[in-house]
Amino acid sequence: MSAHAAKRPFRPNWGARAGWVLLGIYCLYAVGTLEITWPRFLIGLDNGARFLSEMVPPNFQRWKLLLEGLFETMQIAVIASAFGVALSLPIGLAAARNLMPAWATWPARAVIAVCRSFHPVIFAILFVKAVGFGPLAGILTLIFASIGFIGKLFAEAIEEISLKPVEACRAAGAPFMSLLLYAVLPQVLNRFIGFATYQFDANMRNSTMVGIVGAGGIGGTLFSAFQRFDYDILAAILLSIIALIMCSEYVATRVKAVFND
Amino acid sequence: MNDNSCKGNGGGAPRSLIVKDLVKEYVPGKPVLRGISFEVSGCTTVAIIGPSGTGKSTLLRCINRLIDPTRGSIDVAGHEMTHLSGGELRRARQQVGMVFQEFNLVERLTVIENVLCGRLGSVPVWRAWLRRYPQADIDRAFELIEQVGLADFATARADALSGGQRQRVGIARAVMQSPSIIMADEPTSSLDPKTSVEIMGLLNEFSRARGIPILINIHDVNLAKRFADRIIGMARGSVVFDGPPDELADEHLKDIYGGEGWLQ
Repeated sequence: MSAHAAKRPFRPNWGARAGWVLLGIYCLYAVGTLEITWPRFLIGLDNGARFLSEMVPPNFQRWKLLLEGLFETMQIAVIASAFGVALSLPIGLAAARNLMPAWATWPARAVIAVCRSFHPVIFAILFVKAVGFGPLAGILTLIFASIGFIGKLFAEAIEEISLKPVEACRAAGAPFMSLLLYAVLPQVLNRFIGFATYQFDANMRNSTMVGIVGAGGIGGTLFSAFQRFDYDILAAILLSIIALIMCSEYVATRVKAVFND
Repeated sequence: MNDNSCKGNGGGAPRSLIVKDLVKEYVPGKPVLRGISFEVSGCTTVAIIGPSGTGKSTLLRCINRLIDPTRGSIDVAGHEMTHLSGGELRRARQQVGMVFQEFNLVERLTVIENVLCGRLGSVPVWRAWLRRYPQADIDRAFELIEQVGLADFATARADALSGGQRQRVGIARAVMQSPSIIMADEPTSSLDPKTSVEIMGLLNEFSRARGIPILINIHDVNLAKRFADRIIGMARGSVVFDGPPDELADEHLKDIYGGEGWLQ
C-alpha cells in the first residue's frame, strides 16, 4: 500500500485544495455582508428593463456634438499613444536589468511604479486640477497611464531576450547604440508593436472615460446626458463609442500585420 | 598541418597574441585561471583542450575583455588590452574576431546583416542605424558569404539556416572585422561530426589565407590533433601541456582530463 502511494505520479497538492476551499468560503461570506439578496436583484432587473426601454430608439439628432466629441476622444488617444510609447521606449530600456546597471534601473522602475499605482481616473482628476478642464488633461492622463503599462512590458520583453547576439556584437566592438539596434531591437520589435497597438486600443477606451471628470472627449457629453436623463442620446453616444472602438481595433490589427513577419 | 600555404600579412601590424600571468578570480581567493602564459603569432592554429569548467571560455573572454581579468597582461597586436576602456576598448576588440559555440547570430536578421554586424565596431552609429554601410564593406560581406559557401542564402533570415550554415555565418562575421586574431569558443560542439570537420577546415583556411592566428577551445581531442599546429592543454586553471599535436601523449591526456578508462 505505502509502496504504491510512493509511486503515485500526481501528488495531491493539499495547499492548493485548502486555498480553493478558503476562497469559496470567503466569497459566500462577502456576499452575505454586502447584503446582496434575491429580491434586490429582481428589483434591479426591473429598473434595468425600464432604463433600456427608454434608450430605444437612440437619438442621433445632435450628431454634430457627437462627432465633435468622438473626434476629440480620438485625438486624445492618438496623441497620448504616440507620446506614451515614445517615452516608454527609453524608460523601459532603462528599467531592463539585464542591460542596465542598478543606478539606471531603480529610478526607471520607480517612475513606472508611480505611473502604475493610480487608475487613469485619479490621474485625470489630478491633471484637471493642474492644467484645467479640456483635452490637455486627458492627454497627460493617458500618457502617464501608457508609461505605467507598456514601460513595464517593454522592460520585461527586453529582459527576456537572448544575450548571445548581444555578446557577439559586444565582441565585435559595437558601441551601445548600435548594439541596441542590431542585437536587442530585432528580438523585441514584434512584441513592442503588439504592446503599442494594445495600448492604443486601451487609450481609445480610456479616453472616452476621462471626459467624465472634465478632461476632454466624448465622456463629458456622455455624463451630462446621464444627468439629464436623456437616455436616448446616451444610447446614441454608447453606440458611437462601440463603433469607434471597433474601428480602432481594426486599425490596430492592420498595423500589426504590416510589422509582423 | 603544413605551413607552406601561409600567406603572412606582408609587413602589416604584428598579428600576435601575448598572454602573461593571467589570473581571473570570480570569487576573491578562488582563481579560475591561475597564471596563464602563452604567445601565439602568424598563421598558427592553436587548440585549447581541457575538461569542462577549467576556464577555457573564461580565458577567451578575458582576451577580448568580455570578462575583466583580475591580474596579468594581454597583448593583442601590440595593444595592451587590460588597461583599455570605452572607445579604445571597442577599437581593440575589433582586432579580435570571435566565433561562438551557439553561433550567437541575431536570428531575426538576414545573413548579410549578421555578417555586417562584424563591422559595427568601425562604422559610425548613424550609418549602422540607417543601414548605410560603406560600399566596400557591403562588397566584402557578400564576398565572405560566398567564400563560406552561402552565396544563395545572403538575404535569408538566420533562423532559416541549419547549424553548420549558422556557424559559417558566425565565421564570416568574425572575419568581417579584419581581425588580427580569431578566437573560437567550442565552435563545433553544437554540430555533427562531418560538419565539425568542415567548420574546422574553414577556420584553418581563413587562418592561412590571412596570416592570422586562430585560438580554438575544443572538446574533441582528435579534431584538435587533426587541425591544430599546436595544442595547449589546460587543467585546474593552469596550462599543463603546450606543444605540437604529435607530442600529446596519453599521459598528458590523463593529466588533463583525469582517469584513463575513457582513453580506449
